[in-house]
Amino acid sequence: MFYIFGGEILSKATTSKVSKASRKKDFHLFLMALPGVAWFIIFKYIPMGGLLLAFKDFKISPDGFLASFMSSEWVGLENFKFLFMTNDAYIITRNTVVYNVIWIALNLVLSVALAIGLNEIHNKKLSKVYQTGMIFPFFLSWVVASYFVFAFLSVDKGVVNKVLKHFGHEPIMWYMEPKYWPFILTIMNMWKGLGYSAVFYLAAICGIDTSYYEAAMIDGATKWEQIKYITLPLLSPVMTTLTLLAVGRIFYADFGLFYNVPRESGALFNATNVIDTYVYRSFRQLGDVGMSSAAGFYQSIIGFILVLASNKIVKKIDPDKALF
Amino acid sequence: MSKQRVEKNTAYDTLTKEKRKDKKQERKQDLQRTGAISKPANIVLNILFTLFTLFCILPFILIIILSFTDEEVIAVNGYSFLPAKTSTAAYRYIFQTGDQMLRSFITSVTVTITGTVIGVLMMAMYAYAIYRKDFRYRKQLTFLAFFTMLFNGGLVPFYMVCTQLLNLKDTIWSLILPMCMGPFYIMILRTFFQTSIPDSLIESATLDGAGEFRILVQIVFPISLPGIATIALFSTLDYWNDWFNAMLFIKSEKLYPLQYLLMSIQDNMDFLMRNSSKLTTEQASMLRKMPNESARMAMVFISTVPITLAYPFFQRYFIQGLQVGSVKG
Repeated sequence: MFYIFGGEILSKATTSKVSKASRKKDFHLFLMALPGVAWFIIFKYIPMGGLLLAFKDFKISPDGFLASFMSSEWVGLENFKFLFMTNDAYIITRNTVVYNVIWIALNLVLSVALAIGLNEIHNKKLSKVYQTGMIFPFFLSWVVASYFVFAFLSVDKGVVNKVLKHFGHEPIMWYMEPKYWPFILTIMNMWKGLGYSAVFYLAAICGIDTSYYEAAMIDGATKWEQIKYITLPLLSPVMTTLTLLAVGRIFYADFGLFYNVPRESGALFNATNVIDTYVYRSFRQLGDVGMSSAAGFYQSIIGFILVLASNKIVKKIDPDKALF
Repeated sequence: MSKQRVEKNTAYDTLTKEKRKDKKQERKQDLQRTGAISKPANIVLNILFTLFTLFCILPFILIIILSFTDEEVIAVNGYSFLPAKTSTAAYRYIFQTGDQMLRSFITSVTVTITGTVIGVLMMAMYAYAIYRKDFRYRKQLTFLAFFTMLFNGGLVPFYMVCTQLLNLKDTIWSLILPMCMGPFYIMILRTFFQTSIPDSLIESATLDGAGEFRILVQIVFPISLPGIATIALFSTLDYWNDWFNAMLFIKSEKLYPLQYLLMSIQDNMDFLMRNSSKLTTEQASMLRKMPNESARMAMVFISTVPITLAYPFFQRYFIQGLQVGSVKG
């Protein structure tokens, strides 16, 4: 009896002591996270509420933003109707998605190939030199990159047209012909991102236990067989995660690439306009809050659904590789 | 005696020849044993990689060459890897009249340093809080950060919040605040904490009566310095290369960061060049004498110098950060 009684008193004393300390700890930890929480709420969560702008006919009232928001009337799906009536909606969606799909596939194949190649080169010092050079474009901005492209594609001064002229070919108006731009944009995207991805996969390859390869060699496996049955399967978690992340962002384009490199040439819009650039231009250049909000809403919602869907699919195939 | 020497030499020669053959055999067997690829395959790979690496670097080299090319040569011959005449006029022009460039450079540096310091501090504290398994709100705060990677409000509401709610338009804070936190970086830091700080260390510190802030500063920060350095470098890169926030929010030229300045002279020069046919021949020749083209290229080159200088650091922590980041937290 005394045991139980004494035990109860003891446990009561210790629990209240522990919970006081743990409450203090929780409070301190929350204080630490508070700036971040405030930042997320202000810069990420409040704007989510602004998605409602897509359903309003936004008119600026002199009393400030909140008043403008309140006084603008609800127009339901009007903005969306306007948006999808235009041919633009189809073009920007097509461009965004198709470029992303092709680039995800290309990037995956090429960067894994590069990584495997880098790993096989005899001279490790040379391999390091290649890596240093390959990831350099990643550290440059698209503004700088657009100068690079211009140096090559400028109509009267560019290197490419000069070479063409040398071989008797007519100079090409690069910034006026949309048909070349899928290739130009693809090349530039690869230029900037392949080295980065390759080094990333290389790090993963270096983490693979060499005893796998030794065992395979004893069994007489060729290089290709080793790659097919050891390297690739062991890389597949990383490959899946990255691809999944990319697929989740299939509705989002790299604004820097699509805005800077084509230098705002309207003639190219058929090939270079994506959802992000459309939202920007209709908002900042045309001042059309309704349309740009509708396009932004369209992008956010579909993008979100795609992330959830792709994660669900991967969960079905191999639950370990899902994001969440 | 000379006969002996000649004999000895020939014996030596044949020995070295045999030695060489043996060595070659040995090397081939070594290759086969270690599973390395054949020599011809190695040569092909090296050629391919040299080409690709050149492809990555060549445009940058072209810009450097162009910045040292004489302006008249550019006007007549266009852009070339082998200029007929070189000149440092562009750099002299910039250093003499480039107060805008200097201002933009200083703005970029200020924004980058301030933003990185604020951001890394906020992110490290946040990451530490959600790393602690016994933190009451761990799940909620992790979700709060992670969800923003999946869904966002888009450009228009973001612009409205920054300009109407926070009144950041045309201030330097509009370049700093919207970019200081990145949920991806928080996850990297948290994973880094998880893999490099043993729970027992935290426990013993708590038992010794240390408060959370003290643990963070005295224990966590020193151990996780590589992880923090990685985040700091990525953050520095993001800030230095940012032009989007300037494009959205900045009107006055004295607040133009470097990248945005590069963007704006792109158009101005276009304007100048497009209208040069309307100028008189005298005005056109004067325009040609000013190092417009080479000066622009020089400005581009100068803007990449800090990145190039910090490049060894980037390389070292870059791979580390990616590796940690790829481990799903």
